[in-house]
Amino acid sequence: MVRAEAESPRPVPEPRATARPRHFVTHTVLIAGAIAMMTPFVWQVLTAVRTKADSESVPPKLLPEHWQFSNFTKIFTEIPFGEQFLNSVLLTTGRTVAQVVLCSMAGYAFARLRFPGRNVIFVLLLSVLMIPSQLILLPQYQIMMDLGWLNTIQALIVPGMFSAFGTFLMRQFFAGIPVELEEAARLDGCNPWQTFWLVMAPLAKPGMVALAILTIIWSWNDLLWPLVVNNDPKLMPLSAGLAFLQGAHEVNNDLPLMMAGSLLASLPMIIAFVVLQKRFIQGIAMSGLKG
Amino acid sequence: MIAPLVTGLAVFYLWPVFQTGYYSFTTWGPFGGSEFTGLANYVALFEDDELLRAVKNTLVYSAIVVAGIPLAIVVAALLNQRNLRGVGVYRALYFLPVVTMPAAIAMVWKWLYNGDHGLINHVLSFVGIPGQNWASDSRFALYAIAVIAVWMTVGYNMVIFLAGLQAIPKELYEAAEIDGASKIRQFRSITLPLLTPSIFFVAVLTVIASLQAFDVLYMILGPTNPATVESRTIVYLFYEKAFMENDKGAAAAMACVLLVFMMAITAVQFRLQKRWVHYV
Repeated sequence: MVRAEAESPRPVPEPRATARPRHFVTHTVLIAGAIAMMTPFVWQVLTAVRTKADSESVPPKLLPEHWQFSNFTKIFTEIPFGEQFLNSVLLTTGRTVAQVVLCSMAGYAFARLRFPGRNVIFVLLLSVLMIPSQLILLPQYQIMMDLGWLNTIQALIVPGMFSAFGTFLMRQFFAGIPVELEEAARLDGCNPWQTFWLVMAPLAKPGMVALAILTIIWSWNDLLWPLVVNNDPKLMPLSAGLAFLQGAHEVNNDLPLMMAGSLLASLPMIIAFVVLQKRFIQGIAMSGLKG
Repeated sequence: MIAPLVTGLAVFYLWPVFQTGYYSFTTWGPFGGSEFTGLANYVALFEDDELLRAVKNTLVYSAIVVAGIPLAIVVAALLNQRNLRGVGVYRALYFLPVVTMPAAIAMVWKWLYNGDHGLINHVLSFVGIPGQNWASDSRFALYAIAVIAVWMTVGYNMVIFLAGLQAIPKELYEAAEIDGASKIRQFRSITLPLLTPSIFFVAVLTVIASLQAFDVLYMILGPTNPATVESRTIVYLFYEKAFMENDKGAAAAMACVLLVFMMAITAVQFRLQKRWVHYV
């Protein structure tokens, strides 16, 4: 934290000592911490707008000599950044839509319907929840290979469409909705499907939003699976694309370009977070179950 | 209604567990095809000190990340004071790394750690500490990566602790104030004991997550980093064996070792919780 304080681009604002003197220490500590949290982001931005030579000056200069924004366009020609962005969007949308629909349906069934084997299946589901992803990575890869899906978009999406965690989350949510509403629907002659679609699903919207937010973040940022199944840069999402970019620039180490790429790749989640802050934090706080 | 989901989970998640178990008893030829070789992979793993070093590194890494948990407790406790201004802003700033792509974070930190032009060395030079190649020197790399993990998880843990703090009845503090207990004393005698369930929860999650950590390790280490051989963890070694060396049998065996390891540590944590976790 000392390090971050010394490097602060702005002077540390004084808290209003006159109004609330007893929070002075609190603010000092929190601001020092916030600077430590923000320094990497600030330095990322300040490097992304430099020339390569400027980034290598000794000692480093706080502000760029010439503000150079061409790194943000160069990234699109150095690697297939546009395609990768689109792949990330497809991967994230595909997984999220599928998970919300499939997990809601199954979650409702586990919460409310009686069918043979329900408890056994639910216990199996909970055990899937605890499987570390590395344990199943090799067979998953093998399945993709057998299907001829390596280096395809569907390889990125399909296994991530199913989630034990999401099902569990939705089950808990449906279990919390009053039974009376459902009984009323049944008395009005709805079959289980109609009850689910017309009555229960709309009521479970907050749960679905939480699940969607979590799935979006995890999908957008996911690295291991895309790295394993798609090695064609044109079919990578941005996360794997960054790994590719870093590998390609191992030798000449064009840091402004890499910082521009990493900034653009992480920006959509950062913007979404800033806009939907409350929902993000609530949603992620619910994610405790995910290992 | 459950059919699509259950089928998907069975095919892509449950069945692969058994397949990995089977793979771990097989040896894979360089051109595909495999034969059953019993315990050979496990014997080879335990005879080689590669795995032993990876286990040690994984434990050191996890221990550092767990040691970072108190930072989140302090931040949460500071934010939980009445009439504090700017709570929303602080919370957002501390939380930002949680939503940021780990691959991007790793690139930025690798740049900060850079030995020649890195910001960290520059700042350290002001206080007379000689610069180092933090991310590519085997003496530092593992610790440097663990520091990134602490930085990335403070925000998440803070949110969990804030929820835990808000559940502590205000009357306890009022009573303590009447009895003349100082703020520090209140923190030690009320806040910490009543927060232990949250601390336990965060500790279990942190350990599980750090044992499986991959993204940042992969981005910072890698085949050309001279620190990799000395600094790789179980999961990194698994990835290397499975997808770089194509030694899938050994990789499967390693994944099974990881699972046993994870279950053992989690079981120990649950055992020990009786000694220090207070449930109201």
